[in-house]
Amino acid sequence: MISTREAYGKALAELGEKYKDVVVLDADLAEATKTIEFKKKFPDRFFDIGIAEQDLIGTAAGLSLAGKIPFASTFAVFATGRAYDQIRNAVAYSKLNVKIAATHAGITVGEDGASHQALEDLALMRAVPNMVVCSPSDGTQTRWLMEEAIKYKGPMYLRLTRPNTEEVYSSGTNFEIGKGIQHGEGTAATIFATGVTVSEALKAQKILHDGGIDIRVVDMHTIKPIDEELIIKCAKETEKLITIEDHNIIGGLGSAVCEVLCDKYPKQVTRMGINDEFGQSGKWNELMDYYKITAEHIIKNVI
Amino acid sequence: MELTEIAREVRKDILLQVYSAQSGHPGGALSCADLLTSIYFDLINEGDKVVLSKGHASPALYAVLAEKGFFPKEELTTFRKINSHLQGHPSLLKTNGVDASSGSLGQGLSIANGMALAFKMDNKPNTVYAILGDGELQEGQIWEAAMTANQYRLNNLIVFVDYNKLQIDGSNDEVMQVAPVKEKFEAFGFFAQEIDGHNFEAIREAVMKAKAQEKPSVIVANTIKGKGVLFMENQVSWHGKAPNKEQYEKAVKEL
Repeated sequence: MISTREAYGKALAELGEKYKDVVVLDADLAEATKTIEFKKKFPDRFFDIGIAEQDLIGTAAGLSLAGKIPFASTFAVFATGRAYDQIRNAVAYSKLNVKIAATHAGITVGEDGASHQALEDLALMRAVPNMVVCSPSDGTQTRWLMEEAIKYKGPMYLRLTRPNTEEVYSSGTNFEIGKGIQHGEGTAATIFATGVTVSEALKAQKILHDGGIDIRVVDMHTIKPIDEELIIKCAKETEKLITIEDHNIIGGLGSAVCEVLCDKYPKQVTRMGINDEFGQSGKWNELMDYYKITAEHIIKNVI
Repeated sequence: MELTEIAREVRKDILLQVYSAQSGHPGGALSCADLLTSIYFDLINEGDKVVLSKGHASPALYAVLAEKGFFPKEELTTFRKINSHLQGHPSLLKTNGVDASSGSLGQGLSIANGMALAFKMDNKPNTVYAILGDGELQEGQIWEAAMTANQYRLNNLIVFVDYNKLQIDGSNDEVMQVAPVKEKFEAFGFFAQEIDGHNFEAIREAVMKAKAQEKPSVIVANTIKGKGVLFMENQVSWHGKAPNKEQYEKAVKEL
C-alpha cells in the first residue's frame, strides 16, 4: 500500500541521480507533495517558490526554456485552478518541457474538504492543446510514468493522489503512454477506470466473477491522448460500458470515453464519478462510498 | 549604424506593421523601442535571453529581430495576418528569435526568473533581460516573481519597466496606482535605478551598474508612450489603434 504521491516523491529522488537536468519546484507543500525526498537529496536543484502558484508555473516555464526538465508540484486544485492561465499561455502554447505533478486530486483528499478537492482538473488540462494528461493507478505505474515523463519532451499533467491504495501491478510492469491496460476478457461489461478507482474496479471484477459474471476493467492511466482503439474494441465486445473516476463526471475520463464513442461507435455509457457537485470533509474511503465510486457501487451498476 | 539610426528604422517598422495590419498597439511599442534597440544592438551577449513580458509591444520586438536578421524585413507587413509567423503577441514556436511567448500580462518576470535560475545552476555568465509594462505591475504574479528573484539572489536578471504611465483605460494613476515603482522594487530587494528610457547612454550605464550587483536589478525607464510620433505621444487613444493612410504617412515623415 502506497499513495501515488509517495511513489512520485520516491521516483523523483531516485531518477534525479540519472537525469541531471531534472529540477523540482514546489509551493510550500513539499512535505505533502513528497518532493521533500528530492529536496533532501538535491537541495541545489530544488526551488521552493512559496505560496505562489502562478509564479511556480511561470518559473518552471523559464527553467525549461534554459534546458532544464522542471517538475512543478502543488495540490491539483491550486496547480490547475490558480495557475491555469500560466499553464495555458506560458507552458502549453510554447509546448514547453514542463511537468505539472499535481498531488491531492479528487475527493480522496478527505478531511480538508471541497476547497482542496480538485474535481475538474482533468477537464481543465484535457482542454489545453499540447498537454498530455496522465492519472496513474498505483505506485508501480507512477514509478514507470515518472521516467516516461522525463523522457517525453513536452508539457505533461500528472494527476496524483493522497491516500495509500492497493498496488495493482507488480514492480517492473511495462506500460505505454496512450495505451490503456485491459484486465480480463469478460463480456458483460467494461469498466473504464483511472487513478484510485482502478483498484475498486478490480475488486468489483473479482466479486462479480465469484458470482458468475465476467467483466473487464480498463485502466486508463492516460486520459489524453485517450486510447481510442481500446475503447472501440471494448464497446464492440462487451454489453455494458461504465466509466468511473474520482472527478466530476463532466470533462474527465467519462467525457473522454463518450467523445470517442460518439464519433466512432455510438453506444450508451454509464458515467460514475462526482455528479457535478463540490465535495466535503470526511475520511477518504467514507467519501468514496458517499459519492458512490467504490466496488460495491460498480457492482450495482453492472447487475 | 548608430543606435539612434537603428531606433528610427525600428520605429518606422513598428508603424509599418500596425498600419499594414490595421491592428496592433503602436503606443507601447514606440515607448519601448529604444530599450529593445539598446538590448539587441548594444548590450546583448551570445546566450543572453530577452523576455518581452508586455507582449502587445510585439511590433517593436519584431522590428528589432528583423533588423537583426532573424527573418526578412519584408515579412513585417504580414504582422497579425492569417498564416503569418508574426502573431499579435510573441509566439516562441512561430517566430525565429523570440525567447519566450507572452501576451497574457504579468507572466514574463517568472519566466525570466526561471531562465536566470538555470543560468546560475549551469554557471553560465549570461544575463536575462525582462521588459515589463507599467500597467502590468498591477498583476499579482509580478510581485510573486519579485520575491522569487530576491530569494534566489538573481543578480543575472535585469528588469526594465517601460514606465510610460499610461494604460488602456487611462493613466496608471486613474486606473490603479502603481507608483512609486522604484521604491516598490527596492522594498522587494531589488537594486533599483530610474533613468530616461530614451537615452541610450543612460540605458547602457544603468545596465553596467546592474551587472555589478549581487542582487536582481530593476531599471525604471521613464518613457513616452508613442515616442517619436508627435500626434501619438502621451495619447492614451494610441494604445491599441492603427493609423490610417494619411496618419501613417505623416508619422513616417516625422520620423
